Amino acid sequence: MSVPFILLDHVGMTYVAGSGPVEALREISFGVGRGEFVALVGPSGCGKSTLLRIVAGLRPATEGTVSVGGERVRGPLASVGMVFQAPVLLKWRRLLENVLLPAELAGLSRADYVARAQDLLRLTGLADFAAKFPGELSGGMQQRASLCRALLLDPPLLLMDEPFGALDAMTRDEMNLELLRVWGEGNRERKTILFVTHSIPEAVFLADRVVVMTPRPGRVARIFPIPLPRPRTVETRATAEFGRCSLQVYEALQVRQTTREPA
Amino acid sequence: MRVPNRLRRNLPSIVLFLALLILWQVAVSAFRMREYILPSPLAVFRAIVSFEIPWFVHLWVTTAEIVGGFLLAGAVGVVLGIAIAWSAVLAKALVPFLVFVNTLPKVAVAPLFLLWLGYGIFPNILIAALIGFFPVVINTAVGLTQVDEELLDLGRVFGAPKWKVFVKIRIPNGLPYILSALKITATAVVVGAIVGEFVASQSGLGNVIVTTQTNLNTPVAFAALVWISVIGLSVYGAVALAARWLAPWADTSG
Ligand SMILES: Nc1ncnc2c1ncn2[C@@H]1O[C@H](COP(=O)(O)OP(=O)(O)O)[C@@H](O)[C@H]1O
Ligand SMILES: [Mg+2]
Repeated sequence: MSVPFILLDHVGMTYVAGSGPVEALREISFGVGRGEFVALVGPSGCGKSTLLRIVAGLRPATEGTVSVGGERVRGPLASVGMVFQAPVLLKWRRLLENVLLPAELAGLSRADYVARAQDLLRLTGLADFAAKFPGELSGGMQQRASLCRALLLDPPLLLMDEPFGALDAMTRDEMNLELLRVWGEGNRERKTILFVTHSIPEAVFLADRVVVMTPRPGRVARIFPIPLPRPRTVETRATAEFGRCSLQVYEALQVRQTTREPA
Repeated sequence: MRVPNRLRRNLPSIVLFLALLILWQVAVSAFRMREYILPSPLAVFRAIVSFEIPWFVHLWVTTAEIVGGFLLAGAVGVVLGIAIAWSAVLAKALVPFLVFVNTLPKVAVAPLFLLWLGYGIFPNILIAALIGFFPVVINTAVGLTQVDEELLDLGRVFGAPKWKVFVKIRIPNGLPYILSALKITATAVVVGAIVGEFVASQSGLGNVIVTTQTNLNTPVAFAALVWISVIGLSVYGAVALAARWLAPWADTSG
């Protein structure tokens, strides 16, 4: 592998809050290859969302450097798709209009993207709902629309922050399959995905590598490659290898939480 | 016979209202109330439809003051609210000043407006607007600020200029807040217009009430009250309807 697409080099982050400084991240160093799917797991409050925001350039790290596509990140990345735990759709816009939002915000011609927005809605099974308002749809459908919105401008990088965390287990499994399908879509180059989750099975099922983080201040505890073959299917979850990988991640998280060293 | 749902829902209050009217009528006849102390509902009704009072002129004047005051309060309130949400410096400059203006007893300011602007509709529009604008400022500022941080992140990632984030995200997000403030304003401007007419006026429903104090024509005062509440309810209803039409995604009832 040449230079990784995302390179985190000794990244640290200390928030200066009213009640004193909060060290959220310490000495984070790892790389993500182009087209790689990396899942980030760790106890809540360990700085996962902070890390994504730093990669997106929405917040500068207080220590270390981040580069994406060989360029040092100094401000908001223009070519990134973001999906959050809540769908955060605009309640007053129909689904199609919601998916088109990035084009409008970026000052691009809306008309050029209508066809792509419709394709994305079709790809995620929402074609019949393009004219509905978000309030008329289930949480799963809203989150699908939010994924379409993130994909509209075809960004090479997707940052996803517990995108399926609010969904019920069954919908979540469905969405996982769907995400992989969208990711491997056609023969276009795969997008690079950094995916935060607190579900170990989800991380193992989706990712090429799973990064396990420690409790706050978040550091990299372990990085596990997931050698499960692709395309991954419903049966993947039933394999021994899936169980073995999940157990590894599980143990890394457990050990970290019980033998927490004093900060 | 099927009773429409709406009627059935409002039936208890309609029944109570009619019962009170009847009780009032009966009490007035039974105790032989003097009409200038408490006129009977029938006397009030006769005054409402009487041609001795040029109701049409008074209605027009008061309605113009109320609608004018409402539009002015709404426009000024929204503009100030946007200014406060737009920049921290503007907010720091404006908020203390606005709070001060809002604590003034507006009724006491009314004579000054009269002094400066003379008789007429205009000073009363100003008084109505002065009484009604504050909730609009506050709700606009709040509605424009209560936006999901993630949406603002999207604005940053796609390099959207500030005005675009306002037009596409913040202002529509604030719309339900603005509309619910406008409902409060719709009732406040009625008070403002009448107060203005009390202080000084040559026509308008408030003027009618003041005049009846001297000639003891109490049924006409009651009739004017009824007309005022007709205007008030109409304005409120129009705003509520507009709210449902403009922001169907939000529940702005209440
Ligand atoms: N804007 C902020 N100001 C101060 N502290 C913050 C801020 N954002 C997050 N934190 C703190 O940083 C830590 C990590 O937060 P976060 O990145 O949201 O964790 P995670 O996503 O892993 O749950 C938490 O302790 C949180 O309280
Ligand atoms: Mg988080």
